[in-house]
Amino acid sequence: MRNVVPESERLGPSARSIRGRVAIVGVGETAYYKHGQAPEPEVKLALQAILAACADAGLDPRAIDGFASYSNDRNDPSRLAAALGIPELRFSNMQWGGGGGGGSAAVGNAAAAIAAGYADCVVVFRALAQGQFQRFGAAPPAATASGEAALTFPYGLISPAQRFAMRVMRFMRDHGIGPGAQRAIALASYHHAQNNPRAVMHGRPLTPDAYDQSRWIVEPFRLFDCCMENDGAAALILVSAERARDMRQRPAYLLGVAQGSEYRNAARGHNAPTYASSSFTTVAPHLYAMAGVMPKDVSVVQSYENFTGGVLMSLVEHDFFTADEANEFLTLDNLIAPSGRLPLNTSGGNLAECYMHGLELQIEAVRQLRGQSSNPVPGARVAMVISGPMVTPVSSMLIGTGDVL
Amino acid sequence: MNAPAYYLPAGLPRPVPEPDGLDAPYWEGTRAGELRIQRCRACRGWQWGPEWICHHCLAFDLEWTAVEPRGKIYSWERAHHPVHPALRGHAPYVVVLVELPHAGNVRMIGNLLGDPMQAVQIDAPVEAVFEAHDDATPPFTLVHWRATR
Repeated sequence: MRNVVPESERLGPSARSIRGRVAIVGVGETAYYKHGQAPEPEVKLALQAILAACADAGLDPRAIDGFASYSNDRNDPSRLAAALGIPELRFSNMQWGGGGGGGSAAVGNAAAAIAAGYADCVVVFRALAQGQFQRFGAAPPAATASGEAALTFPYGLISPAQRFAMRVMRFMRDHGIGPGAQRAIALASYHHAQNNPRAVMHGRPLTPDAYDQSRWIVEPFRLFDCCMENDGAAALILVSAERARDMRQRPAYLLGVAQGSEYRNAARGHNAPTYASSSFTTVAPHLYAMAGVMPKDVSVVQSYENFTGGVLMSLVEHDFFTADEANEFLTLDNLIAPSGRLPLNTSGGNLAECYMHGLELQIEAVRQLRGQSSNPVPGARVAMVISGPMVTPVSSMLIGTGDVL
Repeated sequence: MNAPAYYLPAGLPRPVPEPDGLDAPYWEGTRAGELRIQRCRACRGWQWGPEWICHHCLAFDLEWTAVEPRGKIYSWERAHHPVHPALRGHAPYVVVLVELPHAGNVRMIGNLLGDPMQAVQIDAPVEAVFEAHDDATPPFTLVHWRATR
């Protein structure tokens, strides 16, 4: 068991912490599409999602004075601010790192800007229209590879699934974890998507047999262990806790955010010393310490599924169960709302709602605290989002209702 | 003349040294049938992948040392979905991550030669097989692995 600081020893009010200082007051998204099928250009999707989040918050979009995103989003805040007629741009932030690892960090960066006084109303957004641009799951059309890619591409180790499969293979072997663990994670996402009309896989349930018979992408990942690729955009509006109290929606207060990765995680050629990991072994203890909650206090978890094995390791590294308990814990019944032990990915997540690079997970966490989820967890007070396992940096966050503060 | 038999077909991205020269000695070594890894002259620590500074002692004093091309399988995967046009019709294939216990436990990536459906065991001993692509422009050599007993 790693060092999780109990509530009695958590950071005091004078310590450096985001806890209780900033809230998410608006969430919004476009319709979600299969990849390449968005009828609109990517930047228009971004603008639509931002306006949807403002409408949800009951906020004039001209009140936005900051932007935060991640994974090299192509939609530059200065362009968005000009397009939206924003009177004054005060904060523009990009979280370094690829994949979805920056989803929670972007929320944390936005919140930090508000707490520091750099800006008053920051939107966190992500937009993807992969028909317009290169797909993630296909090899880039290059004739040569250099640097890290030279060590992997010539051996057919190219796609994200191939990049991460060996981490999961080692973890499952070390801990005797069977295929049922990954299957339960996939089934939970599809189960929840059937109640969510926004979900791309709404109306397309997944059975255990269909999972077992699905083709291998790269062992140990079958087709349904892998996220979709989608088009769309999502956005969240953050303001100070003081301001949030007078707004339309029930505020979702930030309890803690942490980002980073272990010692030499990015050592090239798969030389991370802590290899069989989702990269959260050092990050998660910081998250719990700042938030002042324990794993048992978490009502519902949204955990980024690039691949189900990444979720498996993320949940272990956030101390919901040990690796040796994974086979027993990871069952469909335990992972579904309303009454599972740990309701997981209750919108359908990256597997079955939309691969909005994970930002749909932050939105779902907020909806759970408001009682607005399509798969509500009754009385949810603390929600976790885990962003982008196995990349570096990764990030995770905890939000809570006002009575948790 | 028949095309050379490679584990994976030609057409995948060809490895080229980085423009700043960081990993050029590695690729030159493979052409000579050597597995060269960075080692620090100051602290004798091993380092892989390549970097300009020693992560153990922060000396900018790294040399390239040829190591015995043997190791053990640290992890593996069997790829079935062809993510690159050159791989269509050539799946499955096996990628291994090989640990070198005699060189600071650094790890190397390659393909595991032999039946692509073979049972693969973590910790199984392997030895390197240098696969020269003399017909490529510029020529290069990949380092694969083969199970030993």
